[in-house]
Amino acid sequence: MNYMALSGGDLALAALLLVVNGAISLAFRLGLAVSFGVAAVRMGVQLAAVGFVLNFIFAQTSPLWTLLIVLVMVLVAGYELVQRQERRFRSWLAYGLGNATLLLVGGLATLYAVVVVVHPSPWYAPRYIVPILGMVLGNTLTSCSLALQTLTEGAVRERAAIEARIALGATRIEAFATVLRRALNTAITPLLNVMSVAGIVSLPGMMTGQILAGADPAEAAKYQIMIMFVLTGASGLGAFAAAFGGVLLLTDARHRLRLDRLAPSPT
Amino acid sequence: MLRIDYLAVGGLPRISFEVTPHECLAVEGPSGSGKTRLLRAIADLDAADGFVYLDGAERREVPGPEWRRRVRYASAEPAWWGANAREHFPATAKLDRLIPAVGLEPQLLDRPLSELSTGERQRLGLVRAIADGPRVLLLDEPTSALDAQATALAEELIKFQVLAGRMVVLVSHNPLQVARLAHTRLVLPGNGKAAIVASAAA
Repeated sequence: MNYMALSGGDLALAALLLVVNGAISLAFRLGLAVSFGVAAVRMGVQLAAVGFVLNFIFAQTSPLWTLLIVLVMVLVAGYELVQRQERRFRSWLAYGLGNATLLLVGGLATLYAVVVVVHPSPWYAPRYIVPILGMVLGNTLTSCSLALQTLTEGAVRERAAIEARIALGATRIEAFATVLRRALNTAITPLLNVMSVAGIVSLPGMMTGQILAGADPAEAAKYQIMIMFVLTGASGLGAFAAAFGGVLLLTDARHRLRLDRLAPSPT
Repeated sequence: MLRIDYLAVGGLPRISFEVTPHECLAVEGPSGSGKTRLLRAIADLDAADGFVYLDGAERREVPGPEWRRRVRYASAEPAWWGANAREHFPATAKLDRLIPAVGLEPQLLDRPLSELSTGERQRLGLVRAIADGPRVLLLDEPTSALDAQATALAEELIKFQVLAGRMVVLVSHNPLQVARLAHTRLVLPGNGKAAIVASAAA
């Protein structure tokens, strides 16, 4: 693979586009110039740092380094998942559910993709694990977040109907059937939309990156198809796991509705 | 037999009483005295310390859903999850008998629930609660939204359940209704005072 390496000057030229934006903001007093600057600097520093960290990790041969970065990525994603919820579970329940779902689904999907599909040598090579896990976690995070959001909202709004079913002898899963179905629909519909328009409306970012880096577009497409399968599969499973886990947390072993396990609504 | 033994409902003093088959017990007391909370605790919809036995089995010995198929709580404002009433009944329910018994047309079952009146929905809720034959009926103001004629029909249906050997615990604000239906009265006085069991004749 050969590709056009970018110099610092090239990056500065690209940043000119943002400077133009900042100038427009100043001229029209949109008050966005400072935000533009801060966000752009953050993005640059974060990505440069990640580049350095990945360089270091890829140079290591011990699988412990791979494990360490996997754990850090899952913890950050779990934290982000909780932060996105409007109605959160109390205390550790929220982080427990988020992290368990992401670790289970994200970890398994990534392992499956790397070990069974790509099978690099050694199998724990961070060059494959880390980027694939990053994409899997990002996508799974979104679908889990949508599923949980819809589930908790539905549980609060349809409390009376859920309790009516429980009083009539329904199990907790039966009592949540309507809300569960809606939560899974909400989480999975965007995945179907992304698959349907992939390559037509926009070229997926990973494929674009590979092409820019000099890869054969047909090879890049194959990689992208593999990644789409893994991402969609992981996101769907993540939505299932988060929604069912959410129902278990919103109820107890006696199949009672336990909305008291949600933190008070932030107003 | 339904035996409530030392049940701790919310902040109330512990409550004990019994209801035998063919018996209707009325629960009376001012608003906020814990009548609904008591019924919900008996149905195990809310956690409560103490014991509730049905025919010798304590509620914790029975899975929650199974307990609530035997010990049925019916809210004063029944909630619905489907588009029409029919979806809410088990396929085996004898609707052709039960629906006319409370003075409703069977066609109502297939109309959108939002088109029905509060009183129609309350009567459908009562039928839904008894349709699969639970042993115990915990009825929370079952006629609060009904006119005199519909109330009389609903009371007939409740009386029939008692005659058939079911146990009924009835929350009612209407002393006349209590006199018509109940054999025993349980008074929750509120203000942290203990519950009083009395015969209906008192």
